[in-house]
Amino acid sequence: MASSLQRIVTPVLDPEPGIDPAAEAGLEPASGYRPPADPRLAVSVRGLTRAFASNTVIDRLDLDVPAGQFVVLLGASGCGKSTLLRILADLDTEIGGDVRVPARRAVAFQSPRLLPWKRVWRNVVLGLPGRPDRARAAAALAEVGLEARAEAWPKTLSGGEAQRTSLARALVREPELLLLDEPFGALDALTRLKAQDLVWRLWRRHRPAVLLVTHDVEEALLLADRALVMKDGVIAHSVDVDLSRPRDVGDPTFLALRADLLGRLGVDAPRSVA
Amino acid sequence: MTSPAVVQAPPAEQRAVVDGPPVARPAALPEARSGVAHLVPVVPSSTRRRTVPRWVRRPIGPLLLLLLWQVAVWTGTAGTDLLASPATVVRTLGHLTADGELGGAIAVSLERVGKGILIGGIAGISLALLAGLFRTGEDLIDASVQMLRTVPFVGLIPLFIIWFGIGETPKVALVALGVAFPLYLNTYAGVRNVDAGLVEAARTLGLSRFGLIRHVILPGALPNVLVGVRYSLGIAWLALVFAEQINANRGIGQLMMDAQEFQRTDVILACLVVYAFLGLAVDAIVRLLERGLLSWRPAFSGS
Ligand SMILES: Nc1ncnc2c1ncn2[C@@H]1O[C@H](COP(=O)(O)OP(=O)(O)OP(=O)(O)O)[C@@H](O)[C@H]1O
Ligand SMILES: [Mg+2]
Repeated sequence: MASSLQRIVTPVLDPEPGIDPAAEAGLEPASGYRPPADPRLAVSVRGLTRAFASNTVIDRLDLDVPAGQFVVLLGASGCGKSTLLRILADLDTEIGGDVRVPARRAVAFQSPRLLPWKRVWRNVVLGLPGRPDRARAAAALAEVGLEARAEAWPKTLSGGEAQRTSLARALVREPELLLLDEPFGALDALTRLKAQDLVWRLWRRHRPAVLLVTHDVEEALLLADRALVMKDGVIAHSVDVDLSRPRDVGDPTFLALRADLLGRLGVDAPRSVA
Repeated sequence: MTSPAVVQAPPAEQRAVVDGPPVARPAALPEARSGVAHLVPVVPSSTRRRTVPRWVRRPIGPLLLLLLWQVAVWTGTAGTDLLASPATVVRTLGHLTADGELGGAIAVSLERVGKGILIGGIAGISLALLAGLFRTGEDLIDASVQMLRTVPFVGLIPLFIIWFGIGETPKVALVALGVAFPLYLNTYAGVRNVDAGLVEAARTLGLSRFGLIRHVILPGALPNVLVGVRYSLGIAWLALVFAEQINANRGIGQLMMDAQEFQRTDVILACLVVYAFLGLAVDAIVRLLERGLLSWRPAFSGS
């Protein structure tokens, strides 16, 4: 139910800025929007607008993500994917509209963004309430196969290890919503496959709702329950990926979906599959 | 999910040629490699020959200088009344230490410089943090500091004498002033240059404003702060030397003033040596501090 979500921002374009007592009390806002009676949502966005000066990047965007769903967000470079993700992460509040996300959410960026002056395990549990919990960090690191590097300095990690640490840091928070902005973008092809597999296994075990931004249609179709295409400031297309897992890139349905998505992304001639 | 094809490891005999131990390699093999004449070998650092270890090579330069100085005095190039020989300076240092005069003077000077560093350090760093962390702080503080720092602090000595007299206060104040500015500038720059990506990531981890300052901004600014500390300690000694020319009735400065009156170049030189060694000692302490506090940083140590 959307009422379990936290209203993260007071939209600056709201005609009546200030704290909305109804939202504070966990009630639905007065905008007239009624949350669907179906399962709980992890993201609920209505009429989201974001402009940089005169450049309106997000224009009255609506989006609902059910709890536990794996959603992949595709779109041309510069169409506003990162902007949307940053808004959902509560890093950008210069917005109009109504955005609701769970209080427990986590982000992994394209670069790992670990604090170089904290050992790996301290990076993982940074920001958790209470004293730094070594055992909890170790458990999270074990899930990404890095328990042996718990005491290492981040600068001594390889790119893939650092990215996995960043994943462990996100997961240790047991997020209801996991936001991933091209987390595999800087990895080599082989490491990338392993990292995708890892994300998929972690998602299956913890079942957060995931919003993954990627440029890779194949990656999207391997991982997602639902693929979104962003264009002209809105979610222009949404397709459910009803394929059994693990998925096969050679499957005809897979190939058809891939061709369709590539077409919507403006790539007319689908590349041939090896 | 499809797994990629596993890259096959090369067969054992093929591998042996690539990375077998050099001792086991037949002597004929290097010649057997054709087409390598234009290549440059990469020499393992363990086999790079170091004829003289570094701790021996380093002091050679200074020792040569000392020798040159001694020879100059011996041959009369520099008259003994103008420049005492290194041997005399060492002997004088011995005398001064033995009768406790030097120890007392050092204690007094150290106290001055210590108080100045403490006051100037606290002022410089806290002002920088206020200006770096808060917009209001920046508006109130930064413009004034940037304006004042263009005033050469040594030029303030006459004003300080009028304000504070000729006791300890103007000396400590001068050191404090000298220390405060480099610390302020470096700390402020450090705070402002903390990686914005890290700050953003830390915010998504739910760190409070205080937690953000403690875990991200302060450690991120620390390398810069330490640069400021080293620089400002150098300034502190300089400020001390200047300050102790103001009617010093105690301390190393007074020793030097007295020596000047009696044309004792050996005592003057001995005092300079003491200043130098105190400066070196403080620098060593800061280095140790850096090594402890910045151990996370893979440092470039030169080759
Ligand atoms: N801080 C900013 N100031 C001004 N314009 C910005 C800012 N951040 C983003 N933009 C603009 O907003 C648009 C969307 O940027 P965004 O980073 O969301 O794109 P993206 O979809 O993530 O692209 P990519 O796939 O290349 O990462 C771009 O045109 C960009 O120039
Ligand atoms: Mg982006």
